[in-house]
Amino acid sequence: MSNNVLILAERAGDKLALVSSELCGIGRKLADEKGGSLVALLLGGAGTHELAKGIIALGADKVLAAESDILDGYTNAAYLKVIDAVLGEENPNILLVANTSMGRDVAPRLAFRHNACYAHDCTDLSIEDGKLAAIRPVHGGSAISHIRSKTDSLSIASTRAKALPLADIEEGREGEFMEIGVSVDADEIRMHFVEAKKVEAEGVRLEDAEIVVSGGRGLGGPENFEYLQELAKVLKAAVGASRAAVDAGWVPTPMQVGQTGKIVSPNLYIAVGISGAMQHMVGAGPSKNIVAINTDAEAPIFQRARYGIVGDYKKVIPALTEKCKELMDS
Amino acid sequence: MDIIVCIKQVQDPDIPPRDFKVDEEKMDVVPPANVSPVINGFCENAVEAAINLKEEHGGKVTVMTMGDEKARDGLKKCLAMGCDEAVLLQDEAFEGSDAFATARILASAVQKLEGFDIILCGRLSSDWSYGTTALALAEALDLPSVSQLQKVEKTDSGIRCERALEDGVEVVEVSTPCLLTASNEINTPRLPSVKGILMASRKQIPVWGATDIEVDPASVGKAAATFEVTKFYKPVFDGNCEFIEGESLEDAAGALALRLREDKII
Repeated sequence: MSNNVLILAERAGDKLALVSSELCGIGRKLADEKGGSLVALLLGGAGTHELAKGIIALGADKVLAAESDILDGYTNAAYLKVIDAVLGEENPNILLVANTSMGRDVAPRLAFRHNACYAHDCTDLSIEDGKLAAIRPVHGGSAISHIRSKTDSLSIASTRAKALPLADIEEGREGEFMEIGVSVDADEIRMHFVEAKKVEAEGVRLEDAEIVVSGGRGLGGPENFEYLQELAKVLKAAVGASRAAVDAGWVPTPMQVGQTGKIVSPNLYIAVGISGAMQHMVGAGPSKNIVAINTDAEAPIFQRARYGIVGDYKKVIPALTEKCKELMDS
Repeated sequence: MDIIVCIKQVQDPDIPPRDFKVDEEKMDVVPPANVSPVINGFCENAVEAAINLKEEHGGKVTVMTMGDEKARDGLKKCLAMGCDEAVLLQDEAFEGSDAFATARILASAVQKLEGFDIILCGRLSSDWSYGTTALALAEALDLPSVSQLQKVEKTDSGIRCERALEDGVEVVEVSTPCLLTASNEINTPRLPSVKGILMASRKQIPVWGATDIEVDPASVGKAAATFEVTKFYKPVFDGNCEFIEGESLEDAAGALALRLREDKII
């Protein structure tokens, strides 16, 4: 067993996903506390080798890259085989993944296989008495749990998006780069990747937006998202939704902000007709300023808001839109 | 097509936040009085998906859970929705089991049943959110797994799965037997019919303990956990919301825009 930390970096198309940088940031810190190295692993199809080299500048001492057609589309069976081989070879003390559709899919299986401690969806990680310690929001964010691994051998954690700072970029940093062979037979993995379809909302991406206008059950129907679209256009904002609005079929899933949707961290989050259920606040909580518009003055969203208006959004939003337009134009 | 659904009962996540209480010493949640536990939302999606597959392709749906006597109510509801059989896993040795130990228990119970094509679970539980049990169960049984499904279809060669991603959809085809986890997008769970409730009330629910399913008590329960909880509390939010009012709501909206501009937020 080494004192090394292994991170599972991720691609986002032709770039490194932002979570790779978050993982490098926390991974570097943990590796330094353990007195070990930071090792990064990137898997994918064509272009993975080149992309992986960029992880050295994010603080990795060693970068492993697995590039193969069979890794072009994600199947956990193929990815698990490659990651598990790397675990055997590198023998890290800690494996960090991001809480993404890939990270949360591979980590539990690896953890069970190795009887490792597994801490899911962590907002902070540290070393206590040589062991991995984690902070995890539970019960949809209503409570916070601090946990510590009981094992001296492998511990695994997944990190919540946007909870941890990005790694510092150090251009020209030196590190070891290694291409690793991929021997996955399509017949042995009992599944195959068919296709991936991106569903992109029009306009600004939720994750990147400086301002998000979000609607919930209180809007009353799908057509009323029009009100939010108008305001969003003026503010160059993205439009989001609560799970209630998605479950009602009013808007598509990629617009969902919350524990099982997107986690956003805009400068301004305008919550319209959203009560502020904990699972929604997991996604909206990182916002710097929250404005709530709701008819119920007791709605929990107001406990998280900087400004609030109690009243009918059908009166508030058009007036807000008009005033904002005036201010933006001036 | 024979399907096993593993469900979990949780504290109702929709209780008002002020009723959510924790015991910081015992490091556990204090269940609110007079509020019954409910089937975890994603688990109910899994039950619905299983019944849909059965209705289309025939076969049998067996639902199982681990828990105390209250867990029986959850199983009854699943039977009333249309599941054919239910099993309750209950033993003192199981108490305090973490996700891995639960997966070991479920795996042993699955092996006692007579074969299956699919195991369906929810993608995550709304209480402790480990997101681990289902995939660990797949690992324990060496099954291929596909998680967070928004659609599932039987094809000639296997099962076609659509995974709900943050920014789209991923389509994977998997062979059976396999384990799948359901996301909320997959369906809207049905309410049990009166006829279903009557049928369910007549069904026996067997209780299996550690010896019935040949689980080594040392491999489950609290002592087998791979981590310890060191602190547990409710987060505090300042609640310093400034309510903006005006002659009319339109005036309040205008004042809000001005405040946001003053604060350089817009």
